[in-house]
Amino acid sequence: MLEKLNASRIEGADLYDWDELVQEDRVHRLIYTDPAIFTAEMTNIFGAVWVYLGHESQIPANDDYITVRLGLRPIILLRDSQGKIRALFNRCAHRGTTLCRKDKGSARIFTCPYHGWSYLNTGKLRAVPWPDGYACDFNDAKYNVAQVPRVDSYRGFIFATLNPDAPSLIDYLGAITKPIDEWLDRQPKGRIRVCEANRLKYKGNWKLAYDNSGDGYHVVFSHRSLLEMENRQADVANKGMSYYKGSPDTAPMYIAYMGNGHHFKDKRPNIQKRAGGLWAVEGPAPGSEHYAEALRRRFGAKAEEILDLASSEPVNINVFPNFSLLGNHIQVFEPISVDETNVTWYGTAVVDEDDTLRGAVDEINALRMRTQEQFPNFGEVDDLANFEEIQRGLACQEDEWIYMHRGLGIPGRVKTDDNGIITAPATDEVFMREYIKEWKRLMKATPKLVVQREP
Amino acid sequence: MSANMQTVHDPTVSSYYVNDELYRNLVENFTDWQREELAIAVPEVRDRFRLLIEREARLLDELRFDEWLAMYSPECIYWVPGTPEGGDPRREIAVSFDDRRRMEDRIYRLRTGYAWSQAPKSRTVRMISNVEVFATSESAVRMVRSNFLISEFRVDGTRFLSGWCGHRFVERAGRWEIQVRQVNLIDCDRNLRNPSIVL
Repeated sequence: MLEKLNASRIEGADLYDWDELVQEDRVHRLIYTDPAIFTAEMTNIFGAVWVYLGHESQIPANDDYITVRLGLRPIILLRDSQGKIRALFNRCAHRGTTLCRKDKGSARIFTCPYHGWSYLNTGKLRAVPWPDGYACDFNDAKYNVAQVPRVDSYRGFIFATLNPDAPSLIDYLGAITKPIDEWLDRQPKGRIRVCEANRLKYKGNWKLAYDNSGDGYHVVFSHRSLLEMENRQADVANKGMSYYKGSPDTAPMYIAYMGNGHHFKDKRPNIQKRAGGLWAVEGPAPGSEHYAEALRRRFGAKAEEILDLASSEPVNINVFPNFSLLGNHIQVFEPISVDETNVTWYGTAVVDEDDTLRGAVDEINALRMRTQEQFPNFGEVDDLANFEEIQRGLACQEDEWIYMHRGLGIPGRVKTDDNGIITAPATDEVFMREYIKEWKRLMKATPKLVVQREP
Repeated sequence: MSANMQTVHDPTVSSYYVNDELYRNLVENFTDWQREELAIAVPEVRDRFRLLIEREARLLDELRFDEWLAMYSPECIYWVPGTPEGGDPRREIAVSFDDRRRMEDRIYRLRTGYAWSQAPKSRTVRMISNVEVFATSESAVRMVRSNFLISEFRVDGTRFLSGWCGHRFVERAGRWEIQVRQVNLIDCDRNLRNPSIVL
């Protein structure tokens, strides 16, 4: 049963003249600082497009659940007793109490701690204490837990939307499915398992993180300490993102805008296309030499492609508004308020049930855990410090504009192919100009969001 | 990673000691050591380790990282788990899991002048308390549990980081060295703002 939401709420469309706030070469500071815009985003963006909620490996068995957020809405993402993946509002239909307070677990029934109403994990009301005190019919669907009407997965990645008029997930992802496929298909059988996370937060607007996710311009500046660190003992200073030094715009890497707000920074063309090419530029990690030599002794030349699985894949695959595959991480942006954001870097492990790695999976994962800890520890913290300093700088009310015009107006620099995919040199800000246009389109819209309840 | 193991490779340059055996020992050592019957109540013993841990805290507060590193065995681990139970670092990523080389990386980065998360630097004071010492099956190995409270001031305010540490001390050539330090933040599985200081 679908329920139209008619109660008054902030309509993004009515707030501002969006064409004034978002121009071809610049955006207004208010889009990062205004609480009213943030509130509207929770409807027009985080309600109206497909938003990433979690990975299927986090709820592998029936009755498994994790608690997440859809915008600000607390959600129980679960696999019900019949195996169907659902995103229940974590909210008792009675008085609004959250039903589940744990991060993860397994449950067939959720019982509200406040008055004892209990629900099946389909969201259907199971029992109410002392029902003879009620005159109503509890078979009425309105007493079942509200849930997100559209939940779908793409190869294990679970997305959801409250918007019945949104395209299908596969159409929404569109061209960005190709790099997602390539990211997965380098893993045995195209599978990964989420294995905890580096969880970070910053005092700044969520879009600062999304602006950064495709940005090749900041790397040698914001990450200078990381680049110096990981090359401090290298014979040739080629570790990590060293290819940004010198003239990154003439390197074969590129930035692509893929439509629907998604963008893709592809640094793979910078890497030697051979087994072991990635491992050769991976910075030092705990256990690097031990595991590399042990695998080479056992597997000979084949060890190199196994070691590549412990190496950071040089891509940033950014799905608007809150999901990014980079290195081996799944990065999730979670808005908390207009000036506070969680960025959670979920680690991924190789899954090798068919033993295509001939017993090396545990070793490669032990190494892969350590390579994944590098960037959040020594790179991301500096970006987040810079995001916080942007938010502080934007308190200058009279200095209104943020520029994103790198590459704009230079003939031949930005190219559009037959499928509408826009590519440009790695440091170009075209991805920002394009995604914020999509953001503007969404903010002007009046999406009709709905929730669903079991009949 | 036994106390008297010969160092073949320079652990500041290459990482050979982080291997399956180290992980196995680590997971075993850090699950079942806080047992009443192993607690050492002798005041002089507790004082010895308390003073070492207080010294470590002071060196970190004063950013005297070379002296801090010198308190550790050549082959050592600095481990900040991402789950309250510690987790299995072979299968899960941690907040931090550094070997000797990565500990030195961490310090090197902070000293580049370009670590924006520490420019300006945090000022910290650390309180250490509730120090308990536990015997192990090896006379040259002691496990120490202590609670900490770090007050950290940076840019726009002061915040508090708290939790408990598990130190694995090893006696070598008449000196007690830190071989493993596990830092258990009480909010290790929540999103942390700017976790860029050495805890």
